[in-house]
Amino acid sequence: MRIGAVTFPGTLDDVDTVRAIERAGAEAVALWHGDADLRGVDAVVLPGGFSYGDYLRAGAIARFAPVMEPVIDAARKGMPVLGICNGFQILCEAGLLPGALVRNHKLRFVCRDQWLRVESTTTAWTTRYEPGAEILVPVKSGEGAYMADERELDTLEGEGRVVFRYVEDNPNGSRRDIAGVSDGSGRIVGLMPHPEHATDPLTGPTDDGLGIFLSAMDNVKQGAA
Amino acid sequence: MARVVVDVMPKPEILDPQGQAVAGALPRLGFHGVRDVRQGKHFELDVDDSVDDDTLDKIAEGFLSNPVIEDFVVRRVDQ
Repeated sequence: MRIGAVTFPGTLDDVDTVRAIERAGAEAVALWHGDADLRGVDAVVLPGGFSYGDYLRAGAIARFAPVMEPVIDAARKGMPVLGICNGFQILCEAGLLPGALVRNHKLRFVCRDQWLRVESTTTAWTTRYEPGAEILVPVKSGEGAYMADERELDTLEGEGRVVFRYVEDNPNGSRRDIAGVSDGSGRIVGLMPHPEHATDPLTGPTDDGLGIFLSAMDNVKQGAA
Repeated sequence: MARVVVDVMPKPEILDPQGQAVAGALPRLGFHGVRDVRQGKHFELDVDDSVDDDTLDKIAEGFLSNPVIEDFVVRRVDQ
């Protein structure tokens, strides 16, 4: 079981992502923005940070990095892909996920532990959670407000593609308290909060984030079986 | 060579917290009567004559703006 973690110039959370993958029991494969192939991984994570300094728009330049060509290709063929924070922004910019992430309301960068509700437990990254489970993971972003037009939001709700929702206190003005969404197949998921920072109670608020990585491993195993 | 200007603005229905912050600051600075501010981006491109309008639209739509949240206007200007 090999799960890749991509490093772009300006990525910050690749090390914690690698650590989370290993803690879940998979082999972590470091992928570089200039890579032309995915080194045989079974799933791939785009970690958080500020790729290319967030120039132009967050994720707008990373979306055209060489490694994104095989990522987009593999995603379209059904490989589980997870975008966390800046990785979520990149997936939206790449058109793999609908909507966009914009500047937080009141322009506040928010860094705190955040309760989320797992709204969909059928995606490749969330099968380990009980429906409606509430998890506590860090959120740390300045451009985390999820935006899409009303019709798109209705479609996402109707198709059960709102995967995570902020509980109680929406940190950024995100439409309908959305913290994470999936594509139509449920194999591509993006979320603003950071499950990879919550995989070990020693260094994070909880280990609630571990289920994300374990779910993907289950999913890949089932696909192979 | 031609000078091309691309203006990118947040769509009207998209929250513009930067514009709101500017609008909120003006009365504190003693400037009254400004009802609303929207903040966008202004790009100036110097392009070869071989670059046609179609290509400029592709650049504006596919890269300089995000059509989910932004509108854009492309225009050629005299230098």
